[in-house]
Amino acid sequence: MTICRGIPGLTGLLLATSLLTSCQPRPRADLVICNGAEPQTLDPALVSGQLEGRICSALYEGLTRRDSRGKSVPAAAEKWEISPDGKIYTFHLRPDLRWSNGEPVTSQDYRYSWLRALQPKTASPYAEILFGIHNAEAFHQGKQPADSVGLETPDNQTLRVRLNHPLPYFPSLTSFTTYLPVHQTTVERYGDRWTQPNSWVGNGPYRLLDWKINDRVSLEKNPRYHSPERAQLHRIDALAVTRASTAFNLYSTGQADLLLDKGLVPSLMLPQLRGRPDFHPGPLLATYFYRFNVTRPPFQDVRVRRAFALAIDKESIVDKITRGNEPIAQALTPRGIADYNPPEGLPSDPATAQGLLKLAGFPEGKGFPRISLLYNKSELNEQIAVEIQAQWKQVLGVEVELRNQEWATYLRSLDELDFDIARSSWVGDYDDPNTFLDCFVTGRGNNRTGWSDATYDSLLERALAEPNAARRLKLLAEAETILVTQAFPIIPLYHFVGCLMFDPKKWNGLYPNLLDEHPFSEIGRVKK
Amino acid sequence: MISFLIRRLLYSIPVALLVIIVCFLLVRLAPGSPFSSERALDPATQQMLESKYGLSGSLPQQCARYIGSVVRGDLGDSLKFRGRTVLEIISQSLPRSLLLGSIAFLIAIGLGVPLGSWAAARNGKTEDRWLNGFALLTLSIPTFVLAPVAVLSLSFAIPIFPPAGWGTPIQLVLPSICLALPFVGVCARLTRSGLLETIGADFIRTGRAKGVSEKTLILLHALRPAVLPLVAYAGPLAASILTGSLVIEEVFAIPGIGQFFVSGVMNRDVFLVSGVVLIYCILLLFFNLIADWLTAILDPRIRLQS
Repeated sequence: MTICRGIPGLTGLLLATSLLTSCQPRPRADLVICNGAEPQTLDPALVSGQLEGRICSALYEGLTRRDSRGKSVPAAAEKWEISPDGKIYTFHLRPDLRWSNGEPVTSQDYRYSWLRALQPKTASPYAEILFGIHNAEAFHQGKQPADSVGLETPDNQTLRVRLNHPLPYFPSLTSFTTYLPVHQTTVERYGDRWTQPNSWVGNGPYRLLDWKINDRVSLEKNPRYHSPERAQLHRIDALAVTRASTAFNLYSTGQADLLLDKGLVPSLMLPQLRGRPDFHPGPLLATYFYRFNVTRPPFQDVRVRRAFALAIDKESIVDKITRGNEPIAQALTPRGIADYNPPEGLPSDPATAQGLLKLAGFPEGKGFPRISLLYNKSELNEQIAVEIQAQWKQVLGVEVELRNQEWATYLRSLDELDFDIARSSWVGDYDDPNTFLDCFVTGRGNNRTGWSDATYDSLLERALAEPNAARRLKLLAEAETILVTQAFPIIPLYHFVGCLMFDPKKWNGLYPNLLDEHPFSEIGRVKK
Repeated sequence: MISFLIRRLLYSIPVALLVIIVCFLLVRLAPGSPFSSERALDPATQQMLESKYGLSGSLPQQCARYIGSVVRGDLGDSLKFRGRTVLEIISQSLPRSLLLGSIAFLIAIGLGVPLGSWAAARNGKTEDRWLNGFALLTLSIPTFVLAPVAVLSLSFAIPIFPPAGWGTPIQLVLPSICLALPFVGVCARLTRSGLLETIGADFIRTGRAKGVSEKTLILLHALRPAVLPLVAYAGPLAASILTGSLVIEEVFAIPGIGQFFVSGVMNRDVFLVSGVVLIYCILLLFFNLIADWLTAILDPRIRLQS
C-alpha cells in the first residue's frame, strides 16, 4: 500500500515537470497567421502546396517575386535582357545578395537549385514547371547530362537561360516556388533534414526561427537580406490549423491576426461575414469542374457529354450551395488574366440537352446505362453532387449514382480512369491560360479523361512556339473553345473565390488577388 | 513479482510486432499511393520515391524490410512530411498528448470516483438519480458537440478561457475537461455499481453490525474491492486518453499525436501510421500491466503468478 500512496505524489511531480517543460509561454509574434495544415516540407524543390509556397516565398528569394497584388516584380535579378527570338533570357543579379549565413548568393546557386529540382533523384513534384528550359525535360528523364541544360553562368552575377520556345511569362515563372534557390553546401551536408531550423540557410527577407510539428513555423527578420527594410515585422508565426471554426475562433479572440487560407473561413458564416470591414473576398485563379471518362460508353459520344453539360444550372449551385458569390464557369480559365478572353462557353439549355440525348439514342433517358458520379469525401462536394444528380434526373431523366471515396482512393480512381464522371478542381500555378489548358493535351498526367484531340494539341503546340503575345493568346482561346464548347471532356462549374480576414485598420500590404499571393514581406502594421 | 513482469514483457514483444505487421499490410493494401496528389506525378518520380523509402518490391519484402528497421530502433521516415522521421514526429507530439491526457485522466478518475461513491451512498434517492442522469449525459454527448459548445460558452459567451492554442497552462483547461468529461460518467457508474455490489457483501454487514461508521465503512473497507472493475477499465482508458483525440486536438489546435492516426491513414503514410499504432500498442500493454498489478495489490485473493 505504500507504493499505492506514492503514486499520486509521483504523478503530481511528473505532471508539474511536464507542465513546466511543455508549456513555456513565449511572447506573441508581431503577426500571427492561420496558414492551414502542417507544411509538408520547406524545401522549395519539393513543395507542391500553396501553404508551403507562402512560407517559402518569405524564406527564399527568386529572380523575380510576386508583390502584394500578385504582380511579378524584379527581386534577386535587378534586370534582364531578352534575345530577339524570345528564347534567351540573360538575368543580372543584384551585387549585394547574401545567404542568411553571410555567404554571397551567385548565379551558380540558381543554376544548381534548378538542376537539383530537375534531377530525377530529387523527385520534385513540380519538376515539369522547369521544362520550358532547353533540354530540361531530357535531363529530368536521364537522357541528357546536366551540362546540356540551357543554363549558363558567364560570371557570378549573370544567369543565361535558353528556352525551348519563347515564353513571354518566363520572368514571372521564376518567382514560382520550384525556381527558388537553395544553399548547395547546406543541402549536401544535411540531406533531407536541411530545412530544420538549426541547419536551414536561405536568402529571403525572413529566416527560419523555429518549426514545431503541427503547431507553428516561426520566422524572423533576416538581417542579411539585401533590403532589410522590406521585412517590416520582427517575428511572424504561421500556425498549423486545419479546422475552419478553430481558425475563426483564434482570429475572433485576437490570438491570430490573419486568416490566409480560403478553407479557413467557415462557409456557414459567409453570409454574416459579408459586409464586415475585415472580410476581403476576391476571385481566384481556380476552377471547380466535372470531368468525363471519354473512354467509356456512353460518354464516348460527344452528344451525351454535351447534353449532360447543358442540363446543369450552374447558377443554382453558387446561389444555393457555395454561397460565396463565386462566378459561374463557362470556360476552364477564369477571367482576369491580362489580355486573355476565355471563350463564352454555352449557357444552360435544358431543351437542347434533351434533344441531344434523344439523338444519342436515349429519349428521355430511356435505356441509359447506370453511371456514377465520383467525388472525394467532403460536405461541399457532396452537396454539389446531390444537386447536379437531381438536375440530371429532372432534365434528362437519367439516374446517376453517387460514389464517394476518400482522398487517396479517389486520386487512384482518377489516375486509372475508373469513373464515369468525376469532380475535380484546378488551381493555376501562374497567370497564363497555359497553366489550365496544358492539362488536357493528349497523354498529360493531369488529363485524366482519356480525351485526345489533334487540333487541340496542335493549337497548344503552335501557341508555345508563337513569339507574338496577342497571337499566342488567340491560339490558346481557340483551343479552349474546343474544350468547352465542342468536345466537352469537362464541364466547368464555377471559379473559386478566396477570402482573407484581417483588420484593415491594423494591417496593410494585403490585397485579394487572382493567384492568392500574399507575401509576408509586404505585410506591415498601419502606422498611427 | 519480478518473474511476472518479465513474463508479461516477453509476451508483449510478439503482440507488438504482430500489431505493426497487420497495420503495415493494411495500409499498404489500401488503394491509393502515399505519393499521389491532385497534380499527377510522373511514373519515374513515383518509382524513385518508392525505392527511396523502401516501398519497392513485393509486399512481404517491404514488410520484412520495415520490421527489420523497427527492430533496429528505426521507425522510418514520414512519407508526407518530407525530411521528418517518424520518431521525431512522435517525440515532438507525444509529450503534448501525454500532458493533456494525464490531466484529463486525473479529472476523470478524480471526479468519477467520488461522484460514484456519493451516488452509491445515496442509492435510490434523488441525488443518485440526478447523478445517473448526469453520467448518462456526459457519456452520450459526442466530443465534436461538447468541444464547440464548451468553446462557445466559456470562450465567447463568458470569455474565461482561450478558445484554442497551445503554450500556456490556461489553454489546457478547456481541452482537458472536454477530453475527460465522457470518462467521468463511465468512472462514476463503474464505481457506483462496484460499491453497491460490495455494500451488500457479508463482510460489510459484519462491519456495520460491529458499529463501524458508514463513512469509514465505505471509504476504508468497501471502496478497495469496489474499484476493481474501475481499475480494469482504467488501463485501456489511460492508453486511449494519453494518445490524444483527433476531435479535441483539431478543435483546440493542439499539436498532439492524435491527428496522425487519421491523417496518416488518409495520406497512406504507412510508416507514420505504423509508428503511432506501435506507440498506442505499447501504452496499452503497459497500462494493462499496471492495471493487473494494481488489481493484485487491491485484491489479496489474486496472485500474480496464477
